[in-house]
Amino acid sequence: MNPAYSIIFFTVSSGIGYGLLAALGLLGWNGRLPQVSAFVPVAAAFGFACVTAGLLSSTLHLGHPERAWRALGQWRSSWLSREGVFSLATYVPFLLFVFFWVTEGSTAPAVRWCGLLTTAGCAATVLCTGMIYASLRAVPDWNTSWVPWNYLALGAATGTVWLLLLATLFAVRLPGLSAAVPALIGLAFVLKLGYWHRRRSPVADRGSATGLGTALGRRGRVEILEPPHTEPNYLQREMGYVLARKHASRLREWTALLGYALPLMFSLLALTLPAGASVVAALVAAVGMTVGIAVERWLFFAEARHTVALYYHEAEV
Amino acid sequence: MTAVPAATERRLGLVIDLDTCVGCHACAVSCKEWNTGGYPAPLSDESPYAAGQRGSWLNRVHAYEVTPGETVGGGENGGSVAGRTVYFPKSCLHCDDPPCVTVCPTGASYKREADGIVLVDEALCIGCELCSWACPYGAREYDAPTGVMKKCTLCIDRIYNESLPEAEREPACVAACPARARHFGDFSDPQSDVSRLVRERGGIDLMPELECRPTNKYLPPRPPVSVEAPPALPDAPAAGGFLGWLDCLLSQTSD
Repeated sequence: MNPAYSIIFFTVSSGIGYGLLAALGLLGWNGRLPQVSAFVPVAAAFGFACVTAGLLSSTLHLGHPERAWRALGQWRSSWLSREGVFSLATYVPFLLFVFFWVTEGSTAPAVRWCGLLTTAGCAATVLCTGMIYASLRAVPDWNTSWVPWNYLALGAATGTVWLLLLATLFAVRLPGLSAAVPALIGLAFVLKLGYWHRRRSPVADRGSATGLGTALGRRGRVEILEPPHTEPNYLQREMGYVLARKHASRLREWTALLGYALPLMFSLLALTLPAGASVVAALVAAVGMTVGIAVERWLFFAEARHTVALYYHEAEV
Repeated sequence: MTAVPAATERRLGLVIDLDTCVGCHACAVSCKEWNTGGYPAPLSDESPYAAGQRGSWLNRVHAYEVTPGETVGGGENGGSVAGRTVYFPKSCLHCDDPPCVTVCPTGASYKREADGIVLVDEALCIGCELCSWACPYGAREYDAPTGVMKKCTLCIDRIYNESLPEAEREPACVAACPARARHFGDFSDPQSDVSRLVRERGGIDLMPELECRPTNKYLPPRPPVSVEAPPALPDAPAAGGFLGWLDCLLSQTSD
């Protein structure tokens, strides 16, 4: 699948934003939000900015962004529609959460409940994002429950890594967060390995795609003679991306290092180092993880093969 | 609504005969021409005479070489069979369970209850391209100049069009095919041409394992007939008379 930069930016940025707001909401539910300091409003604003930038970038790549509101209508059947509904609905408890934090303080029941609802809304939105891809039978590489779990884990891991950076910046001690960050990164890595190494047999081959596999006796071979036109077409550009195996394995190594190992190490450092150094360590963890997860997302698209490629260059998918 | 109807009154679709298709692309060209002049907005054609050509087509003709894996056919020789070139036109299969309909977030992609045709309402489409990802067959293309998705309409603007003579109320591709390799009809009617062809020739679904239950069927190439060498002619008996003398003379000199 074509790894479009706008989709990579959208899913990574909104993943960070929803993960961060979900963590903030949970901290609110547990009454752990600091009352003084600008930590809560800054964290809320940063999360809001990540989510909104991601959503806006996803509408800008539409053919008709002025009709984007129509995408909320088919939530009964479409995961994309459900994602749109939840993404907008989550703004409501989130804005109320901030409002009540300001007017009634960190431990008010309204803050607790709005925090919980915000967390639920963030999780639901990211789950829908993952299900958009997992529900596509035409992309067997994605048609697995590993995908939504990876989206949820990565949203949580990247969001909390950035929240940790803000916590160190404002010198706020949050023991729950400190334990959660390495655990979430570890969990996300396990889920990523599970996705990369899951076994699956091919779903379809060119013989079945063309119906010619058994045309001249069984186990016949069907080879491409000519493409339908002399220039590549939309299907080949959008869904025919080919990534060489040696590039893929090299990029997986970079993903594992930058997206998981480095942030795990530096977030642990950030928890143990004294004030100034811990900010630097947390910054390295957050920025490094974001770059690494952008590579991960690029690979997620680039390595996935679509059944339409059976008509062009793939023998089996 | 992007809910798929549980059943449709009729099931209109195409049968494509891979045995007789000669790969002339008349179907693809006539489709492109009709859909540039008909009800929907024109199909795009950017830099058509230069490199970097881009444009949406609703029907594309592939070409494959099929090599047999096992010997086919009988005969005393059990002769092996040569491979053959098969031309393969592909357009929307108007599936009974179309994944492109359920993924659409706006309801622009829908399957008609009356006849099962799957269409795009271009006034609602936002061009998110998810339907083209969902379709395993590559039936839908994004048209950049108009910003919407395009797909085979089964020439819905021809088949019900009362300003056309009745004999011409068929899809443009079916009318254009010089080899009569494309057939249009109602699969819910067991006596229709398409139903009979599917029964007689063993019409097949593409990628049935994905459970889209396509309506269009493909007729596989007919198995080749193995041809044995003709029996050798027996030698003519020696002729007497003038002809026998001539034969003798010519046989000697031709040694």
